[in-house]
Amino acid sequence: MTDRKLRVLIAKPGLDGHDRGAKVIARALRDAGMEVIYTGLRQTPEMIAEAALQEDVDVVGLSILSGAHMALAPRVLELLRANDMGDVKVIVGGIIPDEDIPLLQAMGISAVFGPGTSTETIVNHIRQVVGDTAS
Amino acid sequence: MSVLVTDLLAGSQRALARLLTYIENEHPQAQAALAALYPHTGKAHLVGVTGAPGTGKSSLVNSLAKAYRAAGQTVGIIAVDPTSPFSGGAILGDRIRMRDLTGDRGVFIRSMATRGSLGGLARATGDAVRALDAAGFDVILIETVGAGQSEIDIARQAHTTLVVEAPGLGDEVQAIKAGILEIADVLVVNKADQPGVQSTVRALRTLLDLGSNRPPSGLHHGLPAQDSRQPAADHRPDEWQTPIVETVATEGRGIDVLQRAIQAHRAYLRESGQLRLRERQRQEIELQSRLQEVLFRQVAERIDPALWQAVLDQVAARELAPADAVERLLQTVGLAD
Repeated sequence: MTDRKLRVLIAKPGLDGHDRGAKVIARALRDAGMEVIYTGLRQTPEMIAEAALQEDVDVVGLSILSGAHMALAPRVLELLRANDMGDVKVIVGGIIPDEDIPLLQAMGISAVFGPGTSTETIVNHIRQVVGDTAS
Repeated sequence: MSVLVTDLLAGSQRALARLLTYIENEHPQAQAALAALYPHTGKAHLVGVTGAPGTGKSSLVNSLAKAYRAAGQTVGIIAVDPTSPFSGGAILGDRIRMRDLTGDRGVFIRSMATRGSLGGLARATGDAVRALDAAGFDVILIETVGAGQSEIDIARQAHTTLVVEAPGLGDEVQAIKAGILEIADVLVVNKADQPGVQSTVRALRTLLDLGSNRPPSGLHHGLPAQDSRQPAADHRPDEWQTPIVETVATEGRGIDVLQRAIQAHRAYLRESGQLRLRERQRQEIELQSRLQEVLFRQVAERIDPALWQAVLDQVAARELAPADAVERLLQTVGLAD
């Protein structure tokens, strides 16, 4: 019998210096029984993909407040695929204009969570999408 | 041999990362892969890094790894953080202090939660280190959870154990209580740019002299701390003098001295025969604990659950002492003396 634990990377790409939201999410996921690898501020997509690879995570959560999501999110997806980690779910949290959400989802972002989303919603989403692909 | 094993031996980080997950989850593939990899282990130098929270272990690991990379050696890192006893989840934050190491294929960092294990390491740490060893990393740095006093498992896992202290964190009495000093092969006083470093070094030196069987060497007193980093020529080669090294990890200060101290300890282990002895002791402890685990499972499976509950009730009611309860349980499966 295996004791599988969900592993989630929470990363903060881009140059803005606010990681309060990311920390709140990290804590909520821990309280939901997940193992959260928290990498801190100012991560490049390369750093995020490398950490995801070495930590063998199920989910990558990107917190983006800088407005650069249309550049950062696809780059992370691309690098994950290049590492043979295309099955890793990527979620985005932060300030994302409504019109960009379907574009991000079309690129392969699993979900977008704006300000005010309950942590429960995020936990449930992760459980659901990872449960779908768990072998 | 499985694809996982061949990929790992060929240098695939993806395969290594996946095996580490299997090891942590006790996935059936882990045991077979580890068995296939076992002949490829035993080459890396295993360096444990332990100490109280806030002494700068992660920063020290970061600086040390950079120094090893500059010397052309590859580095594997296992960083252990505690699992929350309430939720079973964990926040693993050691990578925050290791960002200098990103983008370098010669470094592999894995964060690991204790998952209920006490002693400062996870149950899976030993096997995870073995996987990194088989993957060919020259040096493996194992960072424990912020350990205080009794978390000394690291001394069994590592060849060279660094105990990290910092000025102003604990007074001398704290340090005495902490049996942790006794496991130090090298004592690191990090944050050596902060006030109080000299008194911390002095206190540690006194404790080291008290703790050893050797006569306190007056020679060391009054000399700069780092002059004691290597065994003096008149010492017997089978006796290791724990050096005290001052560092400022965030600036890389003292890291070269620390690296030399680790190197000297490694040479000492080899030349004194201690390396073989310690490996053997570690392997024996591992055999014992694995045997314990399997035996417990086999015996527990044979005990009638209803009887187990009944005996537990009696123990709870203080009618039966725990030791007698064990005997009664063993009698029912024919194992009592």
